[in-house]
Amino acid sequence: MEDTTQRAGKDVTGSGGRGSEDRLTPGMRLRLAVAFVLPPRFTPDSVRYDRRYRKLDQYRFIVWFLAAPLLVYGIFVVSPFVQAFFYSMTDWTGYSSSYRFTGFENYERMWNDDKFWDATRNSLLLLVVAPVVTLALGLFFSYMLTAGGRRRSEAVAGVTGSGLYKIVYFFPQVLSLAIIAVIWARIYSPRSGALNAGLDAVGLGSWQREDWLGSSWAIWCVLIVLCWSFVGFYVVLFSAAMSSIPNEIYEAARLDGAGRSLTFFRITFPLTWETVRTGWVYMGIQALDAFALVNVMVPEHGMDVLPSYLFSKAFRDGQAGYATTIGVALFLITLVFAAVMMRIGRRDRIEM
Amino acid sequence: MSVTETTEDRPVEESERPPEQHRASVTGTTLNVFSHTFLVVWLVMAAAPLVLVVLNSFRPHGDIVSEPFGLPTSLEWDNFTNAWTSANIGRYALNSLIILAGSLTGTMLLGAMAAYVLARFDFPGNRLLHLLFVGGMMFPIFLALVPLFFVLNNMGLLNTRQGLILVYIAYSLPFTIFFLVSFFRTLPGGVQEAAMLDGASHSRTFFQVMLPMAKPGLISIGIFNFLGQWNQFVLPRVLNVGDPDDAVLPQGLAALMVQQGYEGDWGALYAGVSLAMLPVLTVYVAFQRQVQNGLTAGAVR
Repeated sequence: MEDTTQRAGKDVTGSGGRGSEDRLTPGMRLRLAVAFVLPPRFTPDSVRYDRRYRKLDQYRFIVWFLAAPLLVYGIFVVSPFVQAFFYSMTDWTGYSSSYRFTGFENYERMWNDDKFWDATRNSLLLLVVAPVVTLALGLFFSYMLTAGGRRRSEAVAGVTGSGLYKIVYFFPQVLSLAIIAVIWARIYSPRSGALNAGLDAVGLGSWQREDWLGSSWAIWCVLIVLCWSFVGFYVVLFSAAMSSIPNEIYEAARLDGAGRSLTFFRITFPLTWETVRTGWVYMGIQALDAFALVNVMVPEHGMDVLPSYLFSKAFRDGQAGYATTIGVALFLITLVFAAVMMRIGRRDRIEM
Repeated sequence: MSVTETTEDRPVEESERPPEQHRASVTGTTLNVFSHTFLVVWLVMAAAPLVLVVLNSFRPHGDIVSEPFGLPTSLEWDNFTNAWTSANIGRYALNSLIILAGSLTGTMLLGAMAAYVLARFDFPGNRLLHLLFVGGMMFPIFLALVPLFFVLNNMGLLNTRQGLILVYIAYSLPFTIFFLVSFFRTLPGGVQEAAMLDGASHSRTFFQVMLPMAKPGLISIGIFNFLGQWNQFVLPRVLNVGDPDDAVLPQGLAALMVQQGYEGDWGALYAGVSLAMLPVLTVYVAFQRQVQNGLTAGAVR
């Protein structure tokens, strides 16, 4: 703190008034020290308006306000993340506190672990397909909502009842993924599930399956639920982005003879691209998680994605060290994905 | 796109109105039908699973097994009593509420404090701390999950409400701070200086001047955190595995599904899901604009 007072003194040299008050007398030093310890309301007036005290007071405030958030964040977020990289190189079981440092043994094991690669393949499938499908549907419906109707003398007009559509589309977003998983587990269920019954009702009885969630269909079932629950989010998000496009631009495009689809690809899509890209990253991260859906819907030993594989290694098989290695792999995939998205999609921001 | 240009265009359009108008209204109608068809299809797809749940929660188990679709012939209130008593939905909801009361308050308070300091004060390390907090958004929670379990275990916080509250706060901070920092930066600085000149201390300025001014941002991020923490499944699934009675609502429903799978009472399961789902949906419909804004707030900027 001594250091900061000195700096504070130097900082304001330019503003003049560097007189005798800058020399710290012992009495002043004592009063500053007392004021620093006491709550602000007991600060003696003699130092209250002193420049050095103000600086000191500001730093005290900064430390005081940052202490609690930093403490909580450091203990529960930063330290586990740092520890994870260390534990990924140990043979720690998680049951006892003893472990051996094994270097890259876990990574080698992971490289040769078929189940790990199965889980990775499933996660990558979700990562690639889920954002494309969800964002495409989101763009389609939001464009329908903002430009699907046409009123006289207006280039674009929203359809009537767009508010109602948005409300209902958004329903799955406010529900817990665990609840959604329970609902869809019942739909896919072989015993009186809605999917099998529905297929039967429309004459596709031969398409029925005994176990949707226990077969190779499982990952597609999860994919559908994932997309279903997020489309509404993107409809709302993109509608907001699209409504900020000035109407004159649409009008100009219409006068040039552009149809709806041309208008979308030449105007709406480029102008909302920034939002689409951010949404893409967000959806990719959601797809890489998918833990709640898999954990609730898919029976054990059915199908794994990386998070659920990590979970079973850590908390069922007692291989905490190996599980964190899988976590590191998941982290790397996230990192690569985000980096790719940030690079490929970069264009100049269009100011409106 | 200057204003004059559009006003100049208008008379020309007006004179061509008769043929143009006819064509426009015809294409407008087909377009309307076209878009409404697609929109209604998705409307049904989005709502149908939820409607099915509510309908089935009024039907006895036997009916549901023989015919998954169907209207309730009589109202089977027993399903709800079963879900409430044997499946403990009330208990789980209470657990969720207690935890949320602590974690939401803590998140908003700590998040706003840190964000305010990071946004409005210049001090060495400011950018580094900001990066540290915001960087937390890039890390998948699963990387930290295993060590986090043992951190809580060592502190004696595993399977406790306090532990869960602290963890919820910690993992909500990155986004909360990211959002609020940019919000506090948009507030006018003059007000803060004026308060200081009038003799208000820093903390008084924060609580009585800056926080009320930041209300719109606080509401958005508050709704975001409310739903995120109320619906949280991963963290309690790992860190709250002691007494089944201590489960939070999403956990409880997952457990209920397993239980009803054995007991074979789908009616009670549907009733339980309805009980968990309908309050949230009701509140959402009542405040839909704020909720939509809150949940999409971060992605817009």
